[in-house]
Amino acid sequence: MRANSHSGSGSELAVEAIDLRRSFGETKAADGISLTIPRGMVFGLLGPNGAGKTTTVRILTTLLRPDSGVARVAGFDVTEEPDEVRRRIGLVGQYASVDEIISGRQNLILIGRLYGMTSSQAKRRADELLERFDLLEPGKKAVKTYSGGMRRRLDLAASLVVSPSILFLDEPTTGLDPNGRAATWDVISTMTKGGTTVLLTTQYLEEADRFAEKIAVIDHGRVVAEGSPAELKARLGRSTLVVHLGGGLTEGAATAAVTRFAASAPQRRGDELVVSIDDLAGTAELIKALGAAGATLDQIHIAKASMDDVFFELTGRDRMPEGKAA
Amino acid sequence: MTSVAVADSLSTRRTGSLAKTMDEVRALVWRNLSHIPRMPERLADVTVMPVMFVILFGYVFGSAIVIPGMEMSPESSAAYREFLIGGIFVQSVVFMCITTAVGVVNDMKEGVIDRFRSLPISRVSVLLGRAIASLVEGSLGIFVMAICGLIVGWGAHNGFGNAVAAFALLAGIAFAMICIGIFVGQLVKNPMSAQAIGFTLIFPLTFASNAFVPTDNMPGPLKVFSEWNPVSAMVQAVRELFGNLPPGTPVPDAWPLQNPVLATVIWIVVFAVIGMTLAVRKYARGRDQ
Ligand SMILES: Nc1ncnc2c1ncn2[C@@H]1O[C@H](COP(=O)(O)OP(=O)(O)O)[C@@H](O)[C@H]1O
Ligand SMILES: [Mg+2]
Repeated sequence: MRANSHSGSGSELAVEAIDLRRSFGETKAADGISLTIPRGMVFGLLGPNGAGKTTTVRILTTLLRPDSGVARVAGFDVTEEPDEVRRRIGLVGQYASVDEIISGRQNLILIGRLYGMTSSQAKRRADELLERFDLLEPGKKAVKTYSGGMRRRLDLAASLVVSPSILFLDEPTTGLDPNGRAATWDVISTMTKGGTTVLLTTQYLEEADRFAEKIAVIDHGRVVAEGSPAELKARLGRSTLVVHLGGGLTEGAATAAVTRFAASAPQRRGDELVVSIDDLAGTAELIKALGAAGATLDQIHIAKASMDDVFFELTGRDRMPEGKAA
Repeated sequence: MTSVAVADSLSTRRTGSLAKTMDEVRALVWRNLSHIPRMPERLADVTVMPVMFVILFGYVFGSAIVIPGMEMSPESSAAYREFLIGGIFVQSVVFMCITTAVGVVNDMKEGVIDRFRSLPISRVSVLLGRAIASLVEGSLGIFVMAICGLIVGWGAHNGFGNAVAAFALLAGIAFAMICIGIFVGQLVKNPMSAQAIGFTLIFPLTFASNAFVPTDNMPGPLKVFSEWNPVSAMVQAVRELFGNLPPGTPVPDAWPLQNPVLATVIWIVVFAVIGMTLAVRKYARGRDQ
């Protein structure tokens, strides 16, 4: 056998993608994506609709061949040894990938059988999963009668019929109502606690922030930033200093004080003045100047960067409207 | 616990080994057949439609059709129905191409194929599973047709062996058509276009043939087309094996009709090989390529 067949299980990297490119006609869906995900990490791929998240996931799960670039998943090349990759991954695609006509239980049994379980093993496993995902009752009914949230849970269960070493979750909550999203989040948090490597894609900053230890922000098929949520916020999302006007503080005096020390021009927002701040020393000067201009302490507060700010800064786009299905 | 044990045993079973592929195919046939109780209307294509054709041609048009060498009479109508059933047998198995294509389009749309593609299973399993399930449905259709034929006076008059051979030939034609259907189903984006492509291809093929009327009186070019039309050879083969042609019926002087069984076997092999090859290639390449 090939030497790397063994490096497969020994490799420290669960996913290693180098310069993946894939076009559809004129659209460069993946335009040089590189990612490394160590074993056991929950990794978030964050980007707006059309950024190339699904394309990346489809390449990594052997469903789509890249035009160029190399990807190794669980140590195996996705184009050279797709079967070895498929043995080790679980996929929850963006769109439900279950059979709508048969029941949830029949779906899980089918997948078990396809993994080579005997009929009774497959049934036992299906029942375990139905119970765990709170689908015992609906499990007997045809999937097409399921709600969006139930379908998602079935999809998640389907990806766990055999424990995968790497789990791909492509926009697991896009298009779900708040109840469905909350239930799916519960499921994901138990799944991510087990030490499985997870690649989670999402348009929702909150979701990436909540689950991912490391995030790559992608836009137009490129990785535009990478780091832990805290790192990204620290690096990119500027914290802001907000000055509440009034009392002894006039707008003129505040603007004059702020302009001298702030990194960028202050902005008026209602009866507040908002300044982005970069470093502690400058901030100290700012507060001192504002004090001299007549501000009291309770008129000043500092807001930490949110993932929304990071996202906006990187992509120039506001967060996606809630519930907008791709 | 279960999952760990299975994951271990998985690594010892090679994807693509014959035993594993057979297991996969069996599971997928089971999946496809599980659809039937939940949507029995899907069987209408293979059961109700042929029966309608028997009534339409056997009694509506048939009352005005006389096969060569006979006078218009009640006997000639009975002889026409005897003649007709072989044509409808072939027509209904040829139409399997369309039902299969529609089934495949629906599969592709559902996204469940993405799940199958991401599993460590052989590429041909999904397609073979579909083909065999369709063949089971088709066999049910042939059975219904045979009953219907017996009711309207059709019969097999050429011995048990030849009757079995005729049914085997029909199953072979069904399989070849299913292979083509699996390819076509992957080409198109929705069931409507699968149906449209199917009907524009298959209707002319079945009508410009000897399935409903003898080719003798067709105008020149149409006659030549009909004689070389694969459907005609298939129909001729089935009629001969069932013994549905009155003794001494002249056979057009075209090689496929003079040697209909051999011609049919050749067509089956050609269609099955082309269809399977294209279907597997398309499937292996994936939806987006
Ligand atoms: N099969 C396809 N055919 C044509 N264009 C596609 C296809 N898949 C994706 N695209 C295009 O590639 C870009 C990236 O898509 P996708 O990877 O689905 O983004 P995301 O999952 O981040 O929303 C989009 O502009 C999309 O329209
Ligand atoms: Mg997507």
